[in-house]
Amino acid sequence: MKVKYFAWVRERIGKSEETVEPPANVRTVGDLMTWLARRGETYAHAFEKPRVIRAAIDHAHVKQDAVIAGAREIAFFPPMTGG
Amino acid sequence: MTAKPTIRIQQADFDIAREIAALTNGRTDIGAVVSFSGICRGNENGEDIAALTLEHYPGMAEAEIARHVESAMSRWPLSGVSVIHRVGRINPGENIVLVLTASQHRQAAFAAAEFLMDYLKANAPFWKREESAAGTAWVDARTHDDAAVARWTKS
Repeated sequence: MKVKYFAWVRERIGKSEETVEPPANVRTVGDLMTWLARRGETYAHAFEKPRVIRAAIDHAHVKQDAVIAGAREIAFFPPMTGG
Repeated sequence: MTAKPTIRIQQADFDIAREIAALTNGRTDIGAVVSFSGICRGNENGEDIAALTLEHYPGMAEAEIARHVESAMSRWPLSGVSVIHRVGRINPGENIVLVLTASQHRQAAFAAAEFLMDYLKANAPFWKREESAAGTAWVDARTHDDAAVARWTKS
């Protein structure tokens, strides 16, 4: 699945998107954040406060307990500040 | 009659008068247009701001705005809605966002414009980065923006 990062999550990780293949035990958005955080220092920094991070599956907001099976694109970003 | 909503995300500035004309031209059923524009402030908490840079999530930003426009149209009798949000670098005094709501009567247009802005600020995937003498920093989300949304869900 494709994972996208925005704003300071993108800056901390150092990339705006990538394709990942998490193992089957990574079931939810929260699990995916925990799994990504173990990929290295930049990821650990980006996901150090997972409760602050918002997520979207296929362009719709989701909570951290959302199941990722079947998702084409998952995005992680800070709370929004547009408008 | 409800015209198809206009939703645009663009770097370029917008002309408010032209956008209102596009919404109302040829129509005689519209009695009210409410226009809200968000403008880049040059000072935030006592600190001078050199510019803002707006990042967005292409695809989701349009989809999220469309969902809120649809929700506003189902809540109020609207004749038309336009939402334009700029991205990229924006200087103090320049426009950031435009919401236009048209209706037969003013109450629906006022309420829908406020509803849309409250939802856009809290839910549309845009992020502001501020440039000042101290450097650049991502703007923190405000809890009162979430509170502003919550009041629309109270009975």
